[in-house]
Amino acid sequence: MNERATFAAPAASATASDADAVQGGETVGVLQAVRWACARDLLLALRSRAELALIVVFFVLVVSLFPLGVSPEPQLLQRIAPGIAWVAALLASLLSLPRLFALDHADGTLEQLVLAPAPLPALVAGKVLAHWLTNGLPLVLLAPVAGIQFGMETDAIATLTLALLLGTPTLSWLGAVGAALTLGTRAGSALLALLVLPLAVPILIFGAGAPESVAVGLGAQAHLSLLGAGLIASWVFGPFATALAVRIAYE
Amino acid sequence: MTISWFKYSAPANFYPLAGRMIPWFAGAAVLLTVIGMYIGFVVAPTDATQGEAYRIIFIHVPTAWMAMFGYCVMAGWCAASLIWNTRLSAMMAQALAPTGAMFAFVSLWTGAFWGRPTWGTYWVWDARLTSTLILLFLYLGYMALRAAIDEPRRADRASALLAIVGVINVPIIYFSVKWWNTLHQGATISATAAPKMAHTMLAAMLVMIFAAWFYAIAVTLHRVRSIILEREAHTDWVRALATGAPAGQAGRVGTEASR
Repeated sequence: MNERATFAAPAASATASDADAVQGGETVGVLQAVRWACARDLLLALRSRAELALIVVFFVLVVSLFPLGVSPEPQLLQRIAPGIAWVAALLASLLSLPRLFALDHADGTLEQLVLAPAPLPALVAGKVLAHWLTNGLPLVLLAPVAGIQFGMETDAIATLTLALLLGTPTLSWLGAVGAALTLGTRAGSALLALLVLPLAVPILIFGAGAPESVAVGLGAQAHLSLLGAGLIASWVFGPFATALAVRIAYE
Repeated sequence: MTISWFKYSAPANFYPLAGRMIPWFAGAAVLLTVIGMYIGFVVAPTDATQGEAYRIIFIHVPTAWMAMFGYCVMAGWCAASLIWNTRLSAMMAQALAPTGAMFAFVSLWTGAFWGRPTWGTYWVWDARLTSTLILLFLYLGYMALRAAIDEPRRADRASALLAIVGVINVPIIYFSVKWWNTLHQGATISATAAPKMAHTMLAAMLVMIFAAWFYAIAVTLHRVRSIILEREAHTDWVRALATGAPAGQAGRVGTEASR
């Protein structure tokens, strides 16, 4: 929290100057709003690199716990590896979700975003994009390491990575709706898990199914296509649902 | 004469209407349950392959249907509350959720006890079982979100959005679980491959389904009356009701519809 306090000041001033620029002119375009929100959140994330590293360490740790808990037998591990990677990715993304809106909610930035003369869905999209770049993408890049750890075949590893690349943004959107709905509530992260995890079941199934079907010799195209469809649908509907959820929090 | 479509969307008008409807639905539920149970447990023949254990479907199937259907109805009320911003729709959704969750739980519970003698196990990762379990979690999430937000209006809107996102996901979850299951082990057990049902069995099941319907309606109406009293406690008509004064002012208060 102390760390947050030290970097919050420059970030706040950056927000203020940007807000001035916005108020001087007319309303902001969609792409401009996405770019601005994304750049701001990336800057904030860059200033708390330790927290980013924590997510990555958490993912590696959870993945490493499974051989200890299940069995070190290579054949079994090879079979359950995609599922483990996906469950670990789900938990890791859940861990980082409160950061998406809660800090901005606490210091009042989010309220300014709601009032800003820019489309809120675009601002939210920028935030979610930044969240995925800082929390989802590292997991995608780490997946091959986990795959090697578990002795997966090369093409299965490639499919797993591709599936995570297609699936994790959808997870970010589902999580964003959940995070916005639980803003300022008492129950916190346990409630967030209860809201988000059941909705994430299809992503988990198709995501873990893709490398598995490659491993047994069926193509992964069906799974990857469905993940892609989910990706498109979440980017089309996600911004509006999340923006609505943020507005509800400020009624 | 103009029809006032939204007359009963005012809680003050709906409260007495619900009170008048409850005995009818409750009576029908009791009557149909007795008839359905009689046909199911006395008249219907013993199943050739499953023995007596199959009789649990007279409870299991109606509850499973109502769990799934109840979620859709709840999401419908939620959509209405978001679109027209009416308080009563949100209250109906709030009142329906515990009943739906109960049905989902009972269907899982009875399913487990049917599965033990029939499949030899309490639980399999079958598509229907898994998706009903997830449906139960969706209900619980809806109720937990409502309970976590203090302001009723914000709770209405937030949980409504959650229910709508959930109802879009319900078919996706169902089919994904179905495909996942077939990919993993192939359909070893299929309810559709069961031998054709005897007429009496079908009749008992249909009667029980209607009984579950009427039970759900009666309980939901009863619960919504309590919710109305709780949330409208500051209004004149509830105060008049509580003090036993004649409801002469009901017409005046009834016009302040939503908000």
